[in-house]
Amino acid sequence: MLEIKNLHATVDGREILNGLDLTIGAGQVHAVMGPNGSGKSTLSYVLAGREGYQVTEGSVTFEGRDLLALKPEERARAGIFLAFQYPVEVPGVASATFLKTAVNAVRKARGEKEYDAFEFLKLAKAKREALGISEEMMKRALNVGFSGGEKKRNEVMQMMLLEPKFMVLDETDSGLDVDALRVVAAGVNAMRRADRSMLVITHYQRLLDYITPDVVHILSRGRIVRSGGPDLARELEAKGYAGVMPVAAA
Amino acid sequence: MCRPLARRRARIGRKGRPMVERNAEARAADNAAQIDALVNEKYRYGFVTDIESDFAPKGLSEDIVRFISAKKNEPQWLLDWRLKAYRLWLSLGPEEPAWAKISYPKIDYQDAYYYAAPKSTGPKSLDEVDPELLKTYEKLGIPLAERAALAGIAVDAVFDSVSVATTFKDKLASMGVIFCSISEAVREHPELVRKYLGSVVPYADNFFATLNSAVFTDGSFVYIPKGVRCPMELSTYFRINAAKTGQFERTLIIADEGSHVSYLEGCTAPMRDENQLHAAVVELVALDDAEIKYSTVQNWYPGDAEGKGGIYNFVTKRGACRGRNSKISWTQVETGSAITWKYPSCILQGDHSVGEFYSIAITNNRQQADTGTKMIHIGKNTSSRIISKGISAGRSSATYRGLVRVLPGAEGARNHTQCDSLLIGPNCAAHTVPYIESRNPSAHIEHEATTSKISDDQLFYCRSRGIGTEDAVALIVNGFCREVLQVLPMEFAVEAQKLVGVSLEGSVG
Ligand SMILES: Nc1ncnc2c1ncn2[C@@H]1O[C@H](COP(=O)(O)OP(=O)(O)OP(=O)(O)O)[C@@H](O)[C@H]1O
Ligand SMILES: [Mg+2]
Repeated sequence: MLEIKNLHATVDGREILNGLDLTIGAGQVHAVMGPNGSGKSTLSYVLAGREGYQVTEGSVTFEGRDLLALKPEERARAGIFLAFQYPVEVPGVASATFLKTAVNAVRKARGEKEYDAFEFLKLAKAKREALGISEEMMKRALNVGFSGGEKKRNEVMQMMLLEPKFMVLDETDSGLDVDALRVVAAGVNAMRRADRSMLVITHYQRLLDYITPDVVHILSRGRIVRSGGPDLARELEAKGYAGVMPVAAA
Repeated sequence: MCRPLARRRARIGRKGRPMVERNAEARAADNAAQIDALVNEKYRYGFVTDIESDFAPKGLSEDIVRFISAKKNEPQWLLDWRLKAYRLWLSLGPEEPAWAKISYPKIDYQDAYYYAAPKSTGPKSLDEVDPELLKTYEKLGIPLAERAALAGIAVDAVFDSVSVATTFKDKLASMGVIFCSISEAVREHPELVRKYLGSVVPYADNFFATLNSAVFTDGSFVYIPKGVRCPMELSTYFRINAAKTGQFERTLIIADEGSHVSYLEGCTAPMRDENQLHAAVVELVALDDAEIKYSTVQNWYPGDAEGKGGIYNFVTKRGACRGRNSKISWTQVETGSAITWKYPSCILQGDHSVGEFYSIAITNNRQQADTGTKMIHIGKNTSSRIISKGISAGRSSATYRGLVRVLPGAEGARNHTQCDSLLIGPNCAAHTVPYIESRNPSAHIEHEATTSKISDDQLFYCRSRGIGTEDAVALIVNGFCREVLQVLPMEFAVEAQKLVGVSLEGSVG
């Protein structure tokens, strides 16, 4: 589904990703773990198409298409979704308005009928209730004054409504209390399908207790230095990065 | 400007009524989609109607003033008033006021027509209106035939210098409401016109008001009798069609004791390389316990991206809250015109009277806007509220200029001003110029101002959800303006939201 080959990317002229390879098959869940500053969010931004994240070498192919040639909105319409590590505040724009605009933009691009306000609210109600998001929250300006955990839940609600094919969750677990973590993980698991893949970025095993990955990768200094099964994450939890990284990378 | 809408808008801000709340949420979600459809549209009112017109000879002179007055069969007192204004105007230089933050080449007042009217007009019923004119208004989204007319809105259609049709007149007349062109009011209701014309904006008020007093051609007249709540929205649609023609309309609205009226104004003009002058005067009078809500969606042709052409909109709008507990609300959405110079104001004379000013001013490309309000507190316990949202993009410049003046007798006066500017791109400018003069120590005046930018982070966040850049800008700008859009009548709110998207087209690379 997604194939990243020898990806090099710079930010402000500084190389952050250098030679990253990663292939994620349809239906798979891959976890990426790595020390602070190793380039995890940079990878997620490159996949989403953020300006200022310059790809200098390598390729990213999504369902056979050159993903890097697409604008951010085109990627979203093609089915890429990034749950942000730090969701952005958008003053004045009600959460519901934002979501409906986004969902309809994506549906329109797919040649599907756009939802009217009532259809949308009905649909949104089911998702937000599953995530414990109140109706009041939908009327508030998007992410403005939301608590850390509320922002993350809102990201997951957006993801559920946009029904992407490939989703990147950048530390969606950080900021969630134990109950919220369970609820959010259940929501994410419910989205697992044979034709939908995910890249889950996290620092902690506890998220992977709920969302069991097929493959775990360790990212260090802009490249993947080790990959393994779910056990790799447990090993990391026990030994720390120094204990799991190959000597050359550490 | 307006579209019929099956569902009337629910009041905002009343909590604890689930049905209403749900409507509000639904509407909020609906709004964004409305914008969607229109973001890629250019100025769509730029066409010219091919119609034979009567013109006054070009230029401005005492003879032209007499010509206009004679065309309208005006009484002597009105001609005398016009001539007084004309002579005063001549003595002013003619030199326009220079304090506003706008710049433009010198206007040649002799190089314009002061009267242009379709040949086929005259007092007649709707069935006799020239089909070309009906088609024009149809194209503008304002069907005039009552069968097809907008639900709940009566329209006075002003085409260049004359009113060509007024809808639902008979229905309104049955309740004692007078809604007609000001020329007709001069003929049919001279006592009312004579009593109130110039009583809020005297002919000597300012350069443009003086010019208007000399050469005003048409406009609307409204009188709501005691205790009547006007059953429909009243609306005037101003259209400039003829080339090299200025539009000088005059609107006068009188709300008698305990009455209530909501009035809407819309404007468009063809796309032309030349600048055309629009210098209107609007006077509102609210007596005891009366309320006037005046909404404008101004979409005059703004000129092209390089600043060529467009309307010079120099307008004087003022309301007098003469009675106790009276209330005047101005709401404006200013998206058009090359230059906007207007300060809809309230004179809060009656005790406990209330003045409100809600404004959205959007400038893009080379547009310039210097706009704001004046709230003059005279009576006791008068209060005023100002919410101004300025959005500048391109190389445009937007200035908010507002005056809050509390006179010594205005015990307990209150004002709250919120003035927010949003900048899009690095080449535009926004200025806030508040003047606060309080001569009563019991007055309570609050002024808040913010300036913000649409950040790249916000745009990327929207885009990563599938929303294109221009739609994202429109979404954020509509959010920024929400407090003002909410006070517009529903029909206008929808139109205004679309306009926001259209006016900011191309503002982000
Ligand atoms: N705009 C920027 N300008 C300069 N350096 C940047 C910029 N954005 C990211 N970086 C640098 O790139 C490196 C990788 O950052 P990134 O956010 O991808 O790390 P991360 O792996 O997500 O870390 P964390 O676990 O803390 O979220 C860091 O050293 C960071 O300082
Ligand atoms: Mg990160």
